[in-house]
Amino acid sequence: MPTVIVGSALDIVEYCGVPRFLFTDFPLGNPCGPPWRQDLQRTIVGQALGLLRDADAPRTTGRSDVLWPSDDDWRPRYGRVKPEDVERLRALGEERRRQQAQGRKPE
Amino acid sequence: MTETVRYMDRTRDYYRALGYPSDYEWSRFDTVPFAPLAKPLSQARIGLVTTASPPDLGNRDASGTRQVWSGAISPAPAKLFTDNVAWDKESTHTGDRASFLSIEAVQQWAVEGLVGGVTAHFQGVPTEYSQRKTMEIDAPQVLERLRADGADAALLSPL
Repeated sequence: MPTVIVGSALDIVEYCGVPRFLFTDFPLGNPCGPPWRQDLQRTIVGQALGLLRDADAPRTTGRSDVLWPSDDDWRPRYGRVKPEDVERLRALGEERRRQQAQGRKPE
Repeated sequence: MTETVRYMDRTRDYYRALGYPSDYEWSRFDTVPFAPLAKPLSQARIGLVTTASPPDLGNRDASGTRQVWSGAISPAPAKLFTDNVAWDKESTHTGDRASFLSIEAVQQWAVEGLVGGVTAHFQGVPTEYSQRKTMEIDAPQVLERLRADGADAALLSPL
């Protein structure tokens, strides 16, 4: 079946390799557009559908020209490991492994 | 152009901080399949695929494992459950379901004639650590459900 993916993790999707990918350079969580911005969501979905029609080979990546409507503060934020978090994360990992060893699924 | 975020590096560092002894290995395909549209886009019915869960988490089986699920697009769900998948909870929110599952936008494009229509259901696919479950169990189920719903093509918008 023909597919197009809309997403914001460019490196992961291109590493994996997919037929068609529309990259939206946003914080993870809103691949189709900023919350409550129906105008931008409509534009982005239209771009994805256009890629579905126009791509003629696998690994086709299109970049949406829609910009995240605030500053770039989000870029360094996601998943960073701050020095003050090291001990908390280590304990969190131990708890997860303990639950997994007991056959429970951590959320 | 602003440098894009390197999520693979960030994820690797995060799981190392959690104390996992080996790094996550992402799926990687040397050969990527490609299916061209079999009919003009203006006649194609589009199916939507999300990684979100239903609000009641009814997609979990007795063992708590998330399974493929489907939801109606009419009425479209106001909210979906997203707390159990990884997204940038510090920088944004998922309170607007259309920001990650844009049912309304595809419907608008159908009205304008860019696409032929939208399938009656969207499909929910679990994000799994097990690539085997995704490849061998979940993906075939999603494809089967899309076909049963009359989809000619699918738009996937993982969170």
